[in-house]
Amino acid sequence: MSDFLWLIPLSVILGLGGLVIFLWSLRAGQYEDLDGAAERILYDEDEPLDRPR
Amino acid sequence: MTCCLPPPDFVEAVAGPGRQGPSDDDVRLASRDLGGGLRQSDFSVPGVHCGGCVSAIEKTIRALPAIESARVNLSTRRLSVRWRDEGTMPPVVSSLFDLGYPAHLDDFADTKGDPALAALVRALAVAGFSSMNVMMLSGSVWSGADAATRDLLHWICAVLTLPVLLYSARVFFSSAWNALRHGRTNMDVPIAIGVLMAFGLSLYDTITHGEHAYYDATATLVFFLLIGRTLDHVMRERARTVVRGLARLSARGAMVLRPDGSRDYLPVADVTPGMVLIVAVGERVPVDATVTAGRSTLDRSVVSGESAPHAVAPGDRIEAGTMNLTAPLTVTALAAERESFLAEMMRLMETAEGGRSSFRRLADRVAEYYAPVVHLAAFLTFVGWMLVTGDLHRAVTIAIAVLIITCPCALGLAVPMVQVVAARRLFERGVMVKDGAALERLETVDTVVFDKTGTLTTGLPVLADVRAIPLDALAIAGAIGAYSRHPFAQAIAVASGGMPAADLGTVTEVAGLGVEAHRPDGSVWRLGRADWALAQPDDPAGTVLSRDGKLVVRFAFEESLRPDAARAVAALQGQGFTAEVLSGDREEAVAAVASRLGLASWSAATTPAGKIERLGPLAPGRPRTPLVGGGLNDAPALAAAHASMAPASAADVGRNAADVVFLREGLMAVPDTLELSRAAGRLVRQNLFLALAYNVVAIPIAVLGFATPFVAAIAMSLSSVVVVANALRLGAGNKPKTRPSPRVARTEAYPG
Repeated sequence: MSDFLWLIPLSVILGLGGLVIFLWSLRAGQYEDLDGAAERILYDEDEPLDRPR
Repeated sequence: MTCCLPPPDFVEAVAGPGRQGPSDDDVRLASRDLGGGLRQSDFSVPGVHCGGCVSAIEKTIRALPAIESARVNLSTRRLSVRWRDEGTMPPVVSSLFDLGYPAHLDDFADTKGDPALAALVRALAVAGFSSMNVMMLSGSVWSGADAATRDLLHWICAVLTLPVLLYSARVFFSSAWNALRHGRTNMDVPIAIGVLMAFGLSLYDTITHGEHAYYDATATLVFFLLIGRTLDHVMRERARTVVRGLARLSARGAMVLRPDGSRDYLPVADVTPGMVLIVAVGERVPVDATVTAGRSTLDRSVVSGESAPHAVAPGDRIEAGTMNLTAPLTVTALAAERESFLAEMMRLMETAEGGRSSFRRLADRVAEYYAPVVHLAAFLTFVGWMLVTGDLHRAVTIAIAVLIITCPCALGLAVPMVQVVAARRLFERGVMVKDGAALERLETVDTVVFDKTGTLTTGLPVLADVRAIPLDALAIAGAIGAYSRHPFAQAIAVASGGMPAADLGTVTEVAGLGVEAHRPDGSVWRLGRADWALAQPDDPAGTVLSRDGKLVVRFAFEESLRPDAARAVAALQGQGFTAEVLSGDREEAVAAVASRLGLASWSAATTPAGKIERLGPLAPGRPRTPLVGGGLNDAPALAAAHASMAPASAADVGRNAADVVFLREGLMAVPDTLELSRAAGRLVRQNLFLALAYNVVAIPIAVLGFATPFVAAIAMSLSSVVVVANALRLGAGNKPKTRPSPRVARTEAYPG
């Protein structure tokens, strides 16, 4: 019973963390091009930091 | 009327405007203003299929002047370009074409920033979080926690379910409230009642230390229903904004020649009948008019679907919207803007759009009968248990269990899940579906009606029998032809392929007749109509190349068929559809194309209004016939027909009016789409059957009082999973085998 008091809040907090991360990634547009992200990594080239994108 | 011509920029002249997708003006008009001098344009680039394409396109476009950023989305095959508005549009479309990726303006860009969809996904995420956690804690209750632990777990579950009720389920509450306020009932009414009562009763049982609580059912119910609702939102019918696109086609202003010789540029709305107007080369005729001076050639394809350019001389009547190709014309206005052809088209279109709303989606039809049945079942259960046991708490619990277990999770998933999968499969084949209802309408068709110009054919003439023409004659004809915007001259120039030609000397275009070259050796070459180019024409019709009035070579033209047109028609006939041609073009031209494709039934010289009569909601027997077309003259019929498809190369308006847009050049998209929509229809009916069969089994169990929270959770999840799995079968196993390389797509798209 006493383990409960620790474990349940812990699991809920972890779940909440997952939810927040999901909502953040949704807002950041990470689901807009799922195929492209996988391919881009093969072609990304170094670019100077000051270049406007 | 002749005019001396500067030597053309050969590439520009051969490629010609309109052959490379949307013109820069169109792109500019369609772009969105981002403020601060920045504009954004979205293109659909169907040829993109790997990371290499992505990096090649982005590198090339970013190197163009005035480009702020360019980003390709590989999942949606879209290119989004931000550019600084410095008076000229950077040549994005032609650069893409040169790279080997034909591009079209993207009409679907607005779906990205859909705030309602984003809200639904957020609600879904919250419901998912809550239901998973509640489910986990419920697991320990089901496996027999002692009374004190159970109460504690119930309280935690109640807290976790609250965000579902307060945030995620708002969609259902507001929809149900809306329906009730107007004295109707819909699917959301039993959902809202079930969710609220289940939560209320569970809270009561938690306070009174009861054994069963339905928090898990409440949360998972909302979660599953939201999945269905989100998918449905993706496939919902979008508001069409066709008319706006049409207005864009009409000329914005007109050059008016005053009686005193002064010139004024007036808005088209201010043009009154009797005014004298000047229509420059490359402009559209602003209002219906008669030609008073000048000879030229008009492109009437937008207006009537006619493929051959139309020569006009003083006295001829011309319609608003036709494009002046070869020489300036002086015309007298016959009608004001609101009485001219384009305005008439807009009126037709607005009426046509209203006509289709009578179609009701399958899911809505099912829901109409399902909701009252659920209410009735729950109510009768309550009354029955009250009569038998007289135990109010027990009767309410069981009635709520009936409400929950009959809640249409599987039913809500049955249709949209299949349609989302179908849309995805079609997208892999280069077909974009605008909404789910279109798939349902396409499923019921038996006859397919094709437009000719721009659909069965590419709308551009090509030189027939190129091999029979002597090379040197072709080279000279091509070099001369490059000076004219006349489609036949351009076809010859394209066929000659830019062979190095001898010095042409002075070149002049005689509008409406042909092009003349005075070469340094004293010879006069003419490319144009036979009765003008030849001293003694044996046959005055046709196009010839002559030297000093003597025939050198005679040219014949044919309409180039769209790639795969014959194969697509054969495939349709093989699938049991009847195929027809319905065109505004002349009879000979339509008959020639129909016979080349083996189409028995065709009608020519059909007006836009005639097409609506034939296909629209008022046609005898309300034909279930989709139209495949793309011209402006098809647009009202595309909006009015039972279903419609358009190629991506179609006029802006046609694309907007159609339900389905195919992005690749080949016509095979038509039989593919019809086949897939039939397969989708079969799966939808299977799914509905599965969902209803589940209820037939589950309702008696619930009514008899055996539906504990555990049983309800298992039954609900299982039925939803079965329905989703069934939907995923669609099109699996016959994915497109090869992706066409962009180079191939290019030659297909622009023959010659």
